[in-house]
Amino acid sequence: MSLTPPRPGGPRPNVPVILDGEEVLAFDGETILDLARRLGSPIPTLCYLDGLSVHGGCRLCVVEVNGDNRLPLACATPVSSEMDIRTDTSSLRDHRRRVIELLFAEGNHICASCVSSGACELQDLAAENDVDHIHYALEFPRIDVDATHPKYVLDRERCVLCTRCVRVCDEVEGAHVWDIAQRGSQSTLVAELGKPWGDATSCTWCGKCVLVCPTGALSFKGRSTGEMRHDPDVIAFLARLRDEGEWIDREEPAP
Amino acid sequence: MHDIHTIDPVSRIEGHAKITLHLDDAGSVADARFHVTEFRGFEDFCRGRPVAEMPGLTARTCGICPVSHLIASAKAVDAIHAIVAPPAARAQRQLANLGQIIQSHVLSFFHLSAPDLLLGMDADPATRNVFGLMQAEPELVRRGIRLRQFGQEVIAAVAGERIHGKGIVPGGVAEPFTTDKRDAIRAGLDEALTAGTDTWQLLDGIVDGFRREIGVFGDFPTLYLAHCQPDGTWEHIDGKLRVVDAQGGLVVDQLDPADYRDHLGEAANPDSYLKSPYWKALVPDDDPRPGMYRVGPLARINVADRFGTPIADELLTAFRDRVGRVVSSAFHYHAARVLEVIASIELIGRLLDDPVLYEPQVRAQAGINARRGVGASEAPRGTLFHDYEVDGDGLVTGVNLIIATGQNELAMNRTILEIAREYVDGPQLTDGVLNRVEAGIRAYDPCLSCSTHALGQMPMALELLDPHGQLVSEVHRH
Repeated sequence: MSLTPPRPGGPRPNVPVILDGEEVLAFDGETILDLARRLGSPIPTLCYLDGLSVHGGCRLCVVEVNGDNRLPLACATPVSSEMDIRTDTSSLRDHRRRVIELLFAEGNHICASCVSSGACELQDLAAENDVDHIHYALEFPRIDVDATHPKYVLDRERCVLCTRCVRVCDEVEGAHVWDIAQRGSQSTLVAELGKPWGDATSCTWCGKCVLVCPTGALSFKGRSTGEMRHDPDVIAFLARLRDEGEWIDREEPAP
Repeated sequence: MHDIHTIDPVSRIEGHAKITLHLDDAGSVADARFHVTEFRGFEDFCRGRPVAEMPGLTARTCGICPVSHLIASAKAVDAIHAIVAPPAARAQRQLANLGQIIQSHVLSFFHLSAPDLLLGMDADPATRNVFGLMQAEPELVRRGIRLRQFGQEVIAAVAGERIHGKGIVPGGVAEPFTTDKRDAIRAGLDEALTAGTDTWQLLDGIVDGFRREIGVFGDFPTLYLAHCQPDGTWEHIDGKLRVVDAQGGLVVDQLDPADYRDHLGEAANPDSYLKSPYWKALVPDDDPRPGMYRVGPLARINVADRFGTPIADELLTAFRDRVGRVVSSAFHYHAARVLEVIASIELIGRLLDDPVLYEPQVRAQAGINARRGVGASEAPRGTLFHDYEVDGDGLVTGVNLIIATGQNELAMNRTILEIAREYVDGPQLTDGVLNRVEAGIRAYDPCLSCSTHALGQMPMALELLDPHGQLVSEVHRH
């Protein structure tokens, strides 16, 4: 399986679409998200990460197509000819705000004492999407922190179930430590079908899950408030090198 | 007629609270109580958190002295890691704590207490506040604000922010100190020192007008507890504790703060969320009051023989020549605060000259090497203890915080009782009486935000109750 996004299917874009009122040309097979990013039209994302398979779970990247009120996911929908795509309408902004508010409501996202404050994608999304109040009753879950791993800490109260860690461990590291157990509001991240992380023998201690975590759910042990820095972009880099056979087919440079 | 007077809210303190004055059947003041009316529960919601988060978490208790919590908490985590922070980190923490002492004391003196001291206890309450003071003495207030800003900038140089800084972390500090920061602080040193010594002259000039207040504002014998170097030099962050009695006699010296439980008990109160720590050896039964001890600026200058800096020591000697070696009137907390501001400015200058401050090694790393750790330091208002227990993975299983204001609680009750007995005459409370009771509390500069773990706005009230606890009258001030 290729880990990098589908390559544009041709030397030049040839699929005519309308993006936020502008007539533009998309590559054949290009997703709406790729098109919008290529043309500098920002669509907020959370679970999507370059270098990983598409999950389509956070519902932040929804867009309007042809005025239809079924909102397709920009990350998972290829463009097709004559699409009229809107990425930024008042109802989309309202929808995204609600999604972000619900993420805050179901966890304990206390920026003031969080290790990832200042380097948190949820925090950034809230700021960029004008979330200054939570209009839902806060759940205040009380879930024990898993600090059994010698190097890392999992705080499920801060987990937004984006599954980046699940995918990176499976698709890039090949260890598949993580899964989502249960359903709906009971959904929870588990290591090796429910073991304490420190007991998970398949974990290679590589730390990629920690690097891609968008919040403070996964962090390096010993980090204090605001000290955590993630590095999700490293995965696109690793995936590209793997796809290009950097480690397998590398030839000695010519003398 | 037997009554209970209530002052509610007590204003111009950090946070808000309520005072009740209990009158007996003869109409004399029988008892006085300082009530803290809100609960925050910090010790509970820290449980289960990774211990490395504790400095940031406990510092969010309050924006008034987050640096004090950062330092005491980081030291407690250092103890759990069983490490010693590198010398440069210790120097930076000292710098931040001195900045914290300056900014907090200056706020207490200029913003909260100076209106009483300079405009008079009986001045119109509508103007007896910092705004009235700005009208009467604009230049004085301006200097106070500038001096507080100096303290805040010293904090920001270490912690990254003036209020909720992140720079003080388990194992040390986040970043090496730079010469740019040194130069910025140095540029303000002279002005700060002049402002400090001028403030001392100002206080010196008006103190004689408060002879009656000095006599009744908590002028009674207690123990005094504070950090102190083995040779008797003033200490604010490292080392051990010294306890002296009202005559200055040594009760205990070089007591390890980690052993505080051997000497300090904590009594819960039925009518206040403030706990009352007490000195165990003096308490034979359930009543904690004989174990009263005081902490904070007054305790620190009573405990220490000297500051170890030239200007502050010269002023301290002159002060002692006038009032004695051990000072018991809580009114002199004001003087102790100003002396500490001056000493702190001198010590900051000395630290900036020390090459150790600029060493690049600023953080020690370790895992969980002890299941319990106690960190202590001198917050502006007195000795602060953070005591954590963790499991083998470093998750917090128990927390106990002993806060300066709590330790002064028994003495504050006694202080307002004595003031009320001196000034209350019959069932009607005059505004001057009301304000003296408040000013007696204010002398301790109580900070209720973390001492009570309280939530939200805390206005203060004064209630007048009869011997059966029935409310007869109350006064609210917001």
